[in-house]
Amino acid sequence: MTDVKNLEDLFQAKIDAEQKIEPKDWMPEKYRKNLIRQISQHAHSEVVGMLPEGNWIGRAPSLRRKAILLAKVQDEAGHGLYLYSAAETLGTSREQTIDDLLSGKAKYSSIFNYPTLSWADIGAVGWLVDGAAIMNQVMLCRTSYGPYARAMVRICKEESFHQRQGYEIMAVLAQGTPEQKEMAQDALNRWWWPSLMMFGPTDANSPHSAESMKWKIKRQSNDELRQTFIDRTVQQAEVIGLSIPDPDLKWNEATQHYDWGAIDWAEFNNVVAGNGPCNKERLTARNKAHDEGAWVREAALAHAAKKAKKKQAA
Amino acid sequence: MSQTNALFTYTLRLADDLLILSHRLGEWCGHGPVLEEDIALTNRALDHIGEARNLLTYAGELEGKGRTEDDLAFLRPERQFLNTKLVEQPNGDYAHTIVRSFLFDAYHLPLAEALLKSSDAQLAAIAGKAVKEAQYHLRHSSDWLIRFGDGTEESHQRAQAALDNLWTFTGDLFTQDEVHQAMVKAGVAPDLAKIKAAFDATVDTVLSEATLNRPTDGFMASGGRQGKHGEQLGFILAEMQYLQRAYPGATW
Ligand SMILES: [Fe+2]
Ligand SMILES: [Fe+2]
Ligand SMILES: [Fe+2]
Repeated sequence: MTDVKNLEDLFQAKIDAEQKIEPKDWMPEKYRKNLIRQISQHAHSEVVGMLPEGNWIGRAPSLRRKAILLAKVQDEAGHGLYLYSAAETLGTSREQTIDDLLSGKAKYSSIFNYPTLSWADIGAVGWLVDGAAIMNQVMLCRTSYGPYARAMVRICKEESFHQRQGYEIMAVLAQGTPEQKEMAQDALNRWWWPSLMMFGPTDANSPHSAESMKWKIKRQSNDELRQTFIDRTVQQAEVIGLSIPDPDLKWNEATQHYDWGAIDWAEFNNVVAGNGPCNKERLTARNKAHDEGAWVREAALAHAAKKAKKKQAA
Repeated sequence: MSQTNALFTYTLRLADDLLILSHRLGEWCGHGPVLEEDIALTNRALDHIGEARNLLTYAGELEGKGRTEDDLAFLRPERQFLNTKLVEQPNGDYAHTIVRSFLFDAYHLPLAEALLKSSDAQLAAIAGKAVKEAQYHLRHSSDWLIRFGDGTEESHQRAQAALDNLWTFTGDLFTQDEVHQAMVKAGVAPDLAKIKAAFDATVDTVLSEATLNRPTDGFMASGGRQGKHGEQLGFILAEMQYLQRAYPGATW
């Protein structure tokens, strides 16, 4: 027991000294598990997140928008790849990780269980959903696990383009015809609260938070990140003339932050539990892609094996 | 038909192939057989849409009526689309998607190479960017076709079925009408017989490595270049043009 205790002290000392933990370093089992859970959830979110946006590629209203959206969704696939690789450094295979998603065992960000109903939703997703994700990801660029931190640095470079293109879609709509403005406001109304939920439960109700902070997997609490996001986004909405759907929202001189209304946590828990508007569609779509792609993956393996054999014989 | 009209029509033909194919490839986004292929397919879709945009913008300039790339993409009716029937074919299984792209790539690469020497400076410049992309595309689709042909029994069968189904549409790629002949005469476009020879060579090499059979030329489809399409094109346009049609004159 003393050995483990020593190792744990060393591990914690390293973290306190801001040194990165690398795959071959000793780490507490709980740290490893916590990271595997978080990184694979993150990877799944990138991949499932392609679905609500992919939904509008065929209907993008201009060729420029269509190209931007294609590029954005392509980035998300790339993010999924980086993150699956980061998870593999912790000793879990990509196949196993993906199987957990497909069976419904692993979670992904609940935000992607909401439907994209109009073109403005593509704006709202980029602006709010990528915007909220960035807050979290910028923090994770300094996370204690080396491969995760490095994946995040690459991802963050692309995410700011995602947020900007979404905001630009909203800005153009908000200055457009009355119908377009209505479309933009409606999208903001529907995506606002789910975006705030993306930061997770309040600090008081966040089961993994204390440990994650001690291990510097996380460096800011859910509530802190949420507040920064609200302060920033409220101003962005004002600039383009859209209103945040929260009657309790007001500037607080004393705290120098916005006060805001109550999040409907019952809705959040319900969506996490699998009862959101699109939970079933998303998992069905992922399973369908996986099942229908099985023969393709098998063919690639079979061909590679044949080639290797020929090379050996030669 | 005047020379400018012919050039306008020819440019639209080039553009529409890429526009419609990129639309079809975009349908895969998020549904690919493996994440790497989601990336590869969106990459192709992006290359195609990029080239299509250059060509459509140029077509608008040639026409001289102030039509933009978006006007030409979103406000032309079905009968004015001049793509080959090959590119509008549904995605089907992954073998169909790969074969459709392979047949197109085997035509597109030599075409882009030939257009480098076009007497039309703008088309030559657009081809300059396309050649490199087209080389990558052909490598990607050939590699997969070889994997399928020389992979498992199932993949072999699927690839052969896709070839057999799609082969007829290659006819549309090589039909030379008056417009095309005028372009050849003016040194704008290559003789399609030459492109066909390069296409045949690529197809034969790749299919032999893939242990797949080259289908025999039976009834060969045509008509796409004259705007006579299959029924599926209307649905592509209904989807693609929806917002521009529903909100005329709006900016996005
Ligand atoms: Fe994302
Ligand atoms: Fe991402
Ligand atoms: Fe993103």
